[in-house]
Amino acid sequence: MADLRTVFAGIKSPNPFWLASAPPTDKEYNVRRAFQAGWGGVVWKTLGEDPPVVNLSSRYGALGFEGRRLIGLNNIELISDRPLATNIAEIKRVKREFPDRALIVSLMVPCEEDKWKAILPIVEETGADGIELNFGCPHGMSERNMGAAVGQVPEYVEMVTRWCKQNTRMPVIVKLTPNVTNILMPARAARAGGADAVSLINTIQSVIGVDLDAMAPMPVVGGKGTHGGYCGPAVKPIALRMIGEIARDPIMAGIPISGIGGISNWRDSAEFLAMGSGSLQVCTAAMHYGFRIVEDMIDGLSNWMDQKGYERLEDLTGRAVSQFVPWNQLNMKFKTLANIDQDACVGCGLCYIACEDTSHQAISKKNTSDRRHYEVIEEECVGCNLCAHVCPVDDCITMVPQPVDGELTWPHHPSNPNCIPA
Amino acid sequence: MRLDIACGRLPETALELNFADAHPGLSPEQAALEADRCFYCYDAPCVEACPTDIDIPRFIKAIASDNLAGASRTILQSNILGGSCARVCPTEILCEQKCVHTEIEAHHAVRIGALQRFATDWQMQQKTHPFQRAASTGKRVAVVGAGPAGLACAHRLAMHGHDVTIFDRHDAPGGLNQYGVAAYKLADNFAQREIEFLMEIGGIAFQGNATLGENITLAGLRETYDGVFLGLGLAGVRALGLESEFAEGVLDAVDFIETLRSRNLSEVVVGRRVVVIGGGNTAVDAAVQAKRLGAEEVTLVYRRGAEHMSATEVEREWAQTNGVTVRFWASPSQLNVEDGAIRSITFIRGTPDGRYDPQNAFTLAADMVLKAIGQIFVPDPVRNDQILVENGRIVVNETGRTSMPGVYAGGDCTAGEDLTVAAVRDGRNAAEALHDELMASNMERANHNG
Repeated sequence: MADLRTVFAGIKSPNPFWLASAPPTDKEYNVRRAFQAGWGGVVWKTLGEDPPVVNLSSRYGALGFEGRRLIGLNNIELISDRPLATNIAEIKRVKREFPDRALIVSLMVPCEEDKWKAILPIVEETGADGIELNFGCPHGMSERNMGAAVGQVPEYVEMVTRWCKQNTRMPVIVKLTPNVTNILMPARAARAGGADAVSLINTIQSVIGVDLDAMAPMPVVGGKGTHGGYCGPAVKPIALRMIGEIARDPIMAGIPISGIGGISNWRDSAEFLAMGSGSLQVCTAAMHYGFRIVEDMIDGLSNWMDQKGYERLEDLTGRAVSQFVPWNQLNMKFKTLANIDQDACVGCGLCYIACEDTSHQAISKKNTSDRRHYEVIEEECVGCNLCAHVCPVDDCITMVPQPVDGELTWPHHPSNPNCIPA
Repeated sequence: MRLDIACGRLPETALELNFADAHPGLSPEQAALEADRCFYCYDAPCVEACPTDIDIPRFIKAIASDNLAGASRTILQSNILGGSCARVCPTEILCEQKCVHTEIEAHHAVRIGALQRFATDWQMQQKTHPFQRAASTGKRVAVVGAGPAGLACAHRLAMHGHDVTIFDRHDAPGGLNQYGVAAYKLADNFAQREIEFLMEIGGIAFQGNATLGENITLAGLRETYDGVFLGLGLAGVRALGLESEFAEGVLDAVDFIETLRSRNLSEVVVGRRVVVIGGGNTAVDAAVQAKRLGAEEVTLVYRRGAEHMSATEVEREWAQTNGVTVRFWASPSQLNVEDGAIRSITFIRGTPDGRYDPQNAFTLAADMVLKAIGQIFVPDPVRNDQILVENGRIVVNETGRTSMPGVYAGGDCTAGEDLTVAAVRDGRNAAEALHDELMASNMERANHNG
């Protein structure tokens, strides 16, 4: 069995699966159930100053697609709406009872050094393993100059991170907002401020949908709606990109990254690890199916690592990063061609119409009385993969890489006006 | 011993239950889940397998997107009897057989019929008719036969602005949907409700108790109307060719079903032991309904093997799960009659090489024998009209035109599969062709006058 034990910025957990700071980690009852279910760690739902914030009724909006629920989830909930003392007492109890699990406390107080100085010792006293600075919440809190309002200004990120580092011995994880044009700016600022790690992505500003009867964005609260924070399986590609950019950035080199964003199963987990994550945070999948989903995440990841010969998580973390390159570094001589397995083909014609209408007219159609026959016209195929993606049958259409004669990248390509001579 | 034939073998509540909808419609949740299974094939094989060419992926996509008006309209513009076809079509040998899902796993087609029913049921609950009648053309068309072919033809003609009168020998329209299909397939008076819906287009009159060759003639109709469509169906039944075929208790299955469909179920007589002879849908419908009326033993006997039955596998299994004993490779050789009434029936066994051995016989006790060995077209009503009839059916070209100018025909009285959905196609296509013809003659006249 692969060893899933994780050491992340000095924080130990029996596996890399942590519950992200969110409703599932709001209180002792939930966290206890999560640990009993096998989660390696939790990031406690963000604590703020007293008096606690007030949350609204109706908090989530969901995106479904062709019958599947919750491919995306948006929320307008704020940070913990319970008194600080209540949370602190519970955190202390849970940590004492589950000493082997990672317990990180998410924090958000106004951008004043005194406020941060005040809360840090209170948290430290609980025995928590670390803190995560919530610089990401994109709704409600950002309008009060917290959350994403801090995360979007690199100078603030650096400043607050530094305050925390100067005032606690706990490892400091900075949670980054994706609502920026260049994720490296706040990431580098966090490192400059002394962050022990970064975690990302927080939720994305979104309007999940419009209630066409109420004529208001969802979720509708008393006839009106507001933007929320978007998460769930649909945001995974955005998260992978941002994690990869940080992982390959020379300035960020070596910083632990806690990957967040739509992780729903072991395969997603492996992908996040490969792109540079050292631990994984999950929320929507648990909110959809309950804490038990971690069982297959642990089991599946472990089985796959065994198959691939990865003994420890460190063997896997960042494995794909050096292959994540700017477009400019891709080999323009590489060519791949679609191939249709005629035995597996069910004759739905989706590949044909996708290619015919929207791509390169590279699939021919011959209908006989009892069979539809589609074939790739290799001279026309640009290897775009669209047919393989629309085919409803697994492995019916495969992309077959062709022999490559050397390497040619755009900077050296003769068509490039700024071609660098060989 | 008296012949054991009786009505009211079961209490009314049991009868009601037995003849209620055999396959109730999908709930919105079920429909949404099923619709999402559809791959939305391009050039979909299911469409090709539908005699009426319903754009199946399109209507299923519309159900998935909760566009039920669009879904039902897509169905009904190809097949105005889409509601009854959704209930009676043997989809397992039509659209659903060709569903690409069956390539992934046998018998796991998208439930196209059930989805079609969901969409058309929705439409029938609306107060509006989805199609609008064109301005009146002043042309009058006679449709003979108010079965699926005639109804489909009438609706399409009316939609084009022609005035249509449908004649039928029964006092109610519907044809086989009303008088020939098992009651539980078109439960809750569906045939009549569908006709009411169809008639909402306007411009269609119904005249019952009008029998071609008796109180109406083709010659007369041709004189009075600008065009005629014949959807006569199959008025005759094949005989066994045995002695005592008209003994008490020996009935044609079609008559048995028609009686059942026309009366209160508690008034329909059925034998205690019933033997049904035949291998088609009529045989299955008769056998299962006999059982559900309260017959103790029902045996369906077919002279050849399961694979030769014209009833589908699904139909045969339906009979079997309803407690009908199905016996193959047995041909009736003798009706055993006492005092003018049937007592038993003797069969001789056959083998797959087609030989029947008179020495190898068995006898089944029977209070009732239902003959369902095929229906035939009776050309008598049009015999004097010199309309071309070949191989026992009216000859038509691909548009449904007969050898006689201005006269079209379709449905079971013409060659082709004897399916409701094929009849609807014939009626619709003939209506389009007749419409073109009528409009062309209008143009001619206009040109002539001009």
